[in-house]
Amino acid sequence: MSGRSILKRIDWLSVFIYFALVFIGWINIYSSTFTNEHSSIFDFGTLYGKQLFFIGVSLVTIVIILALEVNFYERFASLLYIISMISLLGLFVFGKTIAGATSWYDLGFFNLQPSELAKVATALALAKYLSDIQTDIKRRKDQLYALLILLIPALLIIPQPDPGSALVFFALIFVIFREGLPLFYLAIVLSLILIFIVTLMFGTIWLIIGLALLVILLFGFKRKTLKIPVIPLTLISVAVILFSLSVNFVYNNVFEQRHRDRFGLWLRLEKDPNKLEQIRKSIGYNTYQSEKAIESGGFFGKGFLEGTRTKGDFVPEQHTDYIFSTVGEEWGFFGTATVIILFTVLFLRLISLAERQKNAFARMYGYGVISILLIHYFINIGMVIGILPTIGIPLPFFSYGGSGLLFFTILLFIFLRQDTNRLKESF
Amino acid sequence: MRKILLSSIIIVIAITFLGRLSYLQIFSFSTDQVLEDPAIKAIYDYPERGYIYDRNGKLLVGNDPAYDVMVIPREVKPLDTLEFCGLLGIDKEKFIEKLGKARVYSPRLPSVLVPQLSKQDYAKLQEKMRKYKGFYIQKRSLRYYDTPSAANVLGYISEVNEGDLAVNKYYVQGELKGRTGVERYYEDLLRGRKGVQYIQKDRFNRDIGPYKNGTIDTLPEQGKQISITIDKTLQEYGELLMHGKRGGIVALEPATGEILSMISGPTYDPALLVGRERSKNYTKLYNDTIANPTWDRSIHAQQPPGSPFKTLNALIALQEGVMDESSTIQCFHGFYVGKTKRGCHCGGGMRDMNKGIYMSCNAYFAGTFRKIFEHFDTTDEAMDVWEKHMRSFGLGDYLGYDLPFGQKGRIPSKEYYDKWYGDNRWSSSYIISNSIGQGEILATPVQLANMTAAIANRGHYFTPHILKKIEGKNITEPKFTEAKHTTIDPKYFEPVVQGMADVYRKKGGTAYWLQIPDIEIAGKTGTAENFTKIDGVRTQLTDHSVFVAFAPVDNPKIAIAVYIENGYFGSRYAGHIATLMIEKYLKGEITRKDLEKRMLEKTLEAEYAKPYSGEEFKINERVW
Repeated sequence: MSGRSILKRIDWLSVFIYFALVFIGWINIYSSTFTNEHSSIFDFGTLYGKQLFFIGVSLVTIVIILALEVNFYERFASLLYIISMISLLGLFVFGKTIAGATSWYDLGFFNLQPSELAKVATALALAKYLSDIQTDIKRRKDQLYALLILLIPALLIIPQPDPGSALVFFALIFVIFREGLPLFYLAIVLSLILIFIVTLMFGTIWLIIGLALLVILLFGFKRKTLKIPVIPLTLISVAVILFSLSVNFVYNNVFEQRHRDRFGLWLRLEKDPNKLEQIRKSIGYNTYQSEKAIESGGFFGKGFLEGTRTKGDFVPEQHTDYIFSTVGEEWGFFGTATVIILFTVLFLRLISLAERQKNAFARMYGYGVISILLIHYFINIGMVIGILPTIGIPLPFFSYGGSGLLFFTILLFIFLRQDTNRLKESF
Repeated sequence: MRKILLSSIIIVIAITFLGRLSYLQIFSFSTDQVLEDPAIKAIYDYPERGYIYDRNGKLLVGNDPAYDVMVIPREVKPLDTLEFCGLLGIDKEKFIEKLGKARVYSPRLPSVLVPQLSKQDYAKLQEKMRKYKGFYIQKRSLRYYDTPSAANVLGYISEVNEGDLAVNKYYVQGELKGRTGVERYYEDLLRGRKGVQYIQKDRFNRDIGPYKNGTIDTLPEQGKQISITIDKTLQEYGELLMHGKRGGIVALEPATGEILSMISGPTYDPALLVGRERSKNYTKLYNDTIANPTWDRSIHAQQPPGSPFKTLNALIALQEGVMDESSTIQCFHGFYVGKTKRGCHCGGGMRDMNKGIYMSCNAYFAGTFRKIFEHFDTTDEAMDVWEKHMRSFGLGDYLGYDLPFGQKGRIPSKEYYDKWYGDNRWSSSYIISNSIGQGEILATPVQLANMTAAIANRGHYFTPHILKKIEGKNITEPKFTEAKHTTIDPKYFEPVVQGMADVYRKKGGTAYWLQIPDIEIAGKTGTAENFTKIDGVRTQLTDHSVFVAFAPVDNPKIAIAVYIENGYFGSRYAGHIATLMIEKYLKGEITRKDLEKRMLEKTLEAEYAKPYSGEEFKINERVW
């Protein structure tokens, strides 16, 4: 296939949004890290200069990805997965520790984060396993294998410790759902999350009372002839109560104080408003500052390089995880809404691209890409605007960080490359 | 279903995010946030507080420069505390405590460390100031009083407290605000508006130029110069006369309702509440709960008005056609309340309205009151009519003057007595004390003065007020420039006014010997019984001395009410003070030096000490 026909068939809407996001992201990194000593934007000693360099590297990578033969990725998916798992294991020996987490390899001019590679590799490996002709997702055994593909990298990453990145792999469950994993599993996961929150907020007693009311509501008004499934109901109730009690135990004995503080703040477990304000300003300092910065932007924002809180460096980690607060302060609601809309359009577009794939591997990989990008976007912005607890993961295409940008680009453009071949049944 | 699951999640997330962001950036956003922004420092430029002049353009209150030492705790660097405290004239513990307080208030906003340095201290400190990082000197002005009097009318200013800060976002800690009197009521006029300059700071807290190029900075707006209706000379003279006496004097100009003087005794020098001695002096004044110098009796003290009230009952009798001026009532040296006889000092005999007023015959007015009530079918109806007339003189409710505080006084209603005695279980004889201004009636001196002004104007009054001019322009507020009419027809006033004039003119008039040469004056004495509780026992004290007067009788220039606590007969203290005040105001000087000398020398301190002596004491003694 010639290079010209690839450029003709590539999905330009996705490409455009990608570049828009990278551009807006860089503008805000510039604003967050710029100092009064005006140096050139190509000065690689500055953070925005470094980021610009990686944007260049990403562009070269895009060209390579588009030039490579399309079935390369399917063929080497397993190998890539194994390499990335080894690189994760290698961290236990050769890893470099930054900010308490042993997540990097020191490559001299930059630090490589193998968990970024693992995201791409796992998405590919999962797609390959699920699209295998012998795999039947209705089978328990195959379900278990599919889940294992996600769990292995997650379990390797948790002890770094980097729970945020580990969480990303669970998002790939969506791919398995798309391919037929019973929704029953999703229901269980959601129920567990709900029980966790309810237990923390109201206590086990209220959970039991609520459960009893629910049972009465469900079965109380039904015809007498209908048999109430006593045994399953009892088993479920016991399981719920046991889980609820274990939540209490884990929360009080396994969690560290900093985790308890985060959840306490998020669920507003502290009722005294003065104390809560105190917690917001101390433990919730990052989120408090980022909310304040976003709030102070108003509708149209303070303008490029005019963000007083950004200039004064009041929001910690503003060029990385909290980059969205710069958008909020300098570009206001206008800017934040634009970014949200761009991401939303990109996701919806990628879904429609995935759905139009005739090739099952491409479709599943597409879902993997969406899941990974979506969970980053959801957790990062949710944290920055103060509706989710603090979990440190970057905003795709936005946050400062070379390997992050590079691997998000690889992740996306492998799929866009496959999409150019969508009309062919096989490669 | 599976296909749309993820799309739905994406849409829900987008809606949630946009909802949260619009809450943060549209609904919670306010332009005030610039003040909370840690990256912006506000520098204030305070305008001078407006001057206050009297009605003739004489200065009452001006300003003196003062210097505050300010601190921004976050910027404080280690310093030679001992030397600095020496320069400031405070001890080290105090310094540390103050600094701690400032840090609690805000580590990055300026707080006052030492307020109001003298010019000498300022000169010493100024040259060394740059050695102390985080501290600076802010110039501002302090109130300067060009009179030792009118403290309660003018009011005082003090630093805003946390309550003020919470209520009014305009104020910043350390700023001053009017607390009482004119300073409080006209705070917004006098204060002006401070100018603000915003400075952008970087994360090392260095100034990096004006925020938004100074486009949102504001210039200070000067405080307004105001003139108040007080006559400085008369006010100061009245306070001299009040020496050693408790009570209130209010003088009004009947034609306008302007308050010529408003005196409360005892009072204090307003300069006491300025400068570094302020809090010490304030505590002293505040803790004097017996003499209560900060309590403005002229607007707060609700007391039985006594005999001046008879004039109103006479007016009601005339208005309702119950009696005419020649109707007579026989005085048998008193009248009956139920079965107890109440005395009368007039000497007894046939009394018409004229004699009733100038001799202040209790029996005559008890009879008048009874006749008013007999005129109506029911007591309730009579009570309503009586109450309506009384209230039309501004009694029983707030007058609406432009001072921040005051009391309503009391005009009882039928509901009041129904509650007291039970429904319809009372009649005019139960409440007959109201005829002579005792009973359940209460009035403040300003209300009595206003009532007198209404009589002087023959049927209308202007709401008493204190503000005369703003920046040299007369006020035009309709509330103060439009007449309020009483419910009594003007034609009925003349006999009452003549009766009041005869109080001075006729031998046997209760103030015959207080006549001012060459000035026709009308007045009415009052002697009000009063009680206190000593160890839970209701004990009668020496009567209050009350006097209301206006002059000249035709075209009155001044109406005055004088209320002297425990001064005994109305013609004594109150009568003296009233006649002297009128003469001072109309003639500018006093011809009757003996009266003046007596008032300047006599005090009632011995009288006031009696209830606190713990011993038996006599009341209503004839001292002179």
